[in-house]
Amino acid sequence: MGLRLSYVTVLIPENLAELREASESPDVILLAGGTDLMVSVNHRSRRIGSDATVISLARVPELRSWSHNPASGELVIGGGITWSQLERPPFDSLAPALAQAARTVGSPQIRNAGTIGGNIATASPAGDGLPVLLALGAVVDILGSAGQRSSSLADLLTGPKRTTLAPGEVIVSVRVTETAGWQGYAKIGVRNAMVISVAGVAMVLDGAARKATIALGSVGPTVLLAAEASARLSTEFDWDAWSCSESTIVSVGEMAAAEARPIDDHRSTAEYRRHGVRVLTSRLLKRGIDRR
Amino acid sequence: MRRVESECSLTVNGVEHAVSGLHPGESLLDALRERCGLRGSKGACEEGECGSCTVLVDGQAVCSCLTLAASVSGCSIVTVEGVGSSGAADLQEAFLRAGAVQCGFCTPGLIVAADALLSRNPHPSLDEVREGLAGNLCRCTGYGRIVEAVLDTAGQRRSQR
Repeated sequence: MGLRLSYVTVLIPENLAELREASESPDVILLAGGTDLMVSVNHRSRRIGSDATVISLARVPELRSWSHNPASGELVIGGGITWSQLERPPFDSLAPALAQAARTVGSPQIRNAGTIGGNIATASPAGDGLPVLLALGAVVDILGSAGQRSSSLADLLTGPKRTTLAPGEVIVSVRVTETAGWQGYAKIGVRNAMVISVAGVAMVLDGAARKATIALGSVGPTVLLAAEASARLSTEFDWDAWSCSESTIVSVGEMAAAEARPIDDHRSTAEYRRHGVRVLTSRLLKRGIDRR
Repeated sequence: MRRVESECSLTVNGVEHAVSGLHPGESLLDALRERCGLRGSKGACEEGECGSCTVLVDGQAVCSCLTLAASVSGCSIVTVEGVGSSGAADLQEAFLRAGAVQCGFCTPGLIVAADALLSRNPHPSLDEVREGLAGNLCRCTGYGRIVEAVLDTAGQRRSQR
């Protein structure tokens, strides 16, 4: 009687062509930084079956690269760029809100492993990079067996931990555009490190387009755009004087809170989350006026 | 393209370890402790929360419990057993001097995390040390002396230069 041991196949492609070939294996599990996947494996909430093929994305140079076009302001961030990279130059000046969000993720160990592509693919409503990417109108470039496609982040995210990604589809890069003016991210959690956010807000004050965008995290089935609050702020903000009235600061916070769709769960209550959105939105707006 | 099934080679502290019989989903932490005989790295939360399993992979501090062992075949791995001979013996001595070790369970992870912090930022402020060690929990709550040991090491290195 033979004992059948279960082993797993791990493929480590070293370029995009190899990655595409690997992704055609049956029962593919994509491994980016591992900070979500390995938690579920360790806690047995996800099993890697013996027929599975794990594809490590860590050594594909195309996923680990980035580029910036100074003329158009377009910033292309490889899906394998880590939070540690994003919190440092040049990202802290090209996409300051993304750098601020990066600094709030986990701990140094988590930030060294976790990637922006993994954050998008995991599609948690609490993913710290996602409100910022949504506020910046990010476009995601995806590679699958059918070839390349692109999708706005808003269209890609369909629900809590749900996306339009087909099995084996890989996030190659995410594109955002540099903005003139100010942008920021703030979140609430139980401590300053290693927290899944209870509420998060990203704000972009685009002085060139004279447009304000506010996006919310952890207060809905996906990250959300606070469209009405954004429109009100765009109208009421004095773009020449770079300021707005105290009543606008208050009302925009209240509008963003009204647009949140929070739930009660083990991490917080809907009521506190809504309160958090109101406070964070007004706080970010004050920071934006002071350009701190 | 590298393909790993049940066998792979892990380069730990400069030594090649042939590892076989890897389970599906086996973490680097388990491989280090159970297959390489290196039990310095500790396992506790298995979800990246406590930092007691911290090792360096290609110079970056990561949680070995969240690292798939097979995926780091070919990488340079340094554990607490190896940091002393790669330049952090003074940090280990500073921990002893400061009394930064109580039950000792968190110490290996803290030594590796602090070593990585000082490599990246040789002159950290108090706040930078706290932020740099935010991924390591000490349930004896001896953080004051731990922070002191790291700042002391930075100061000693500066005065020796």
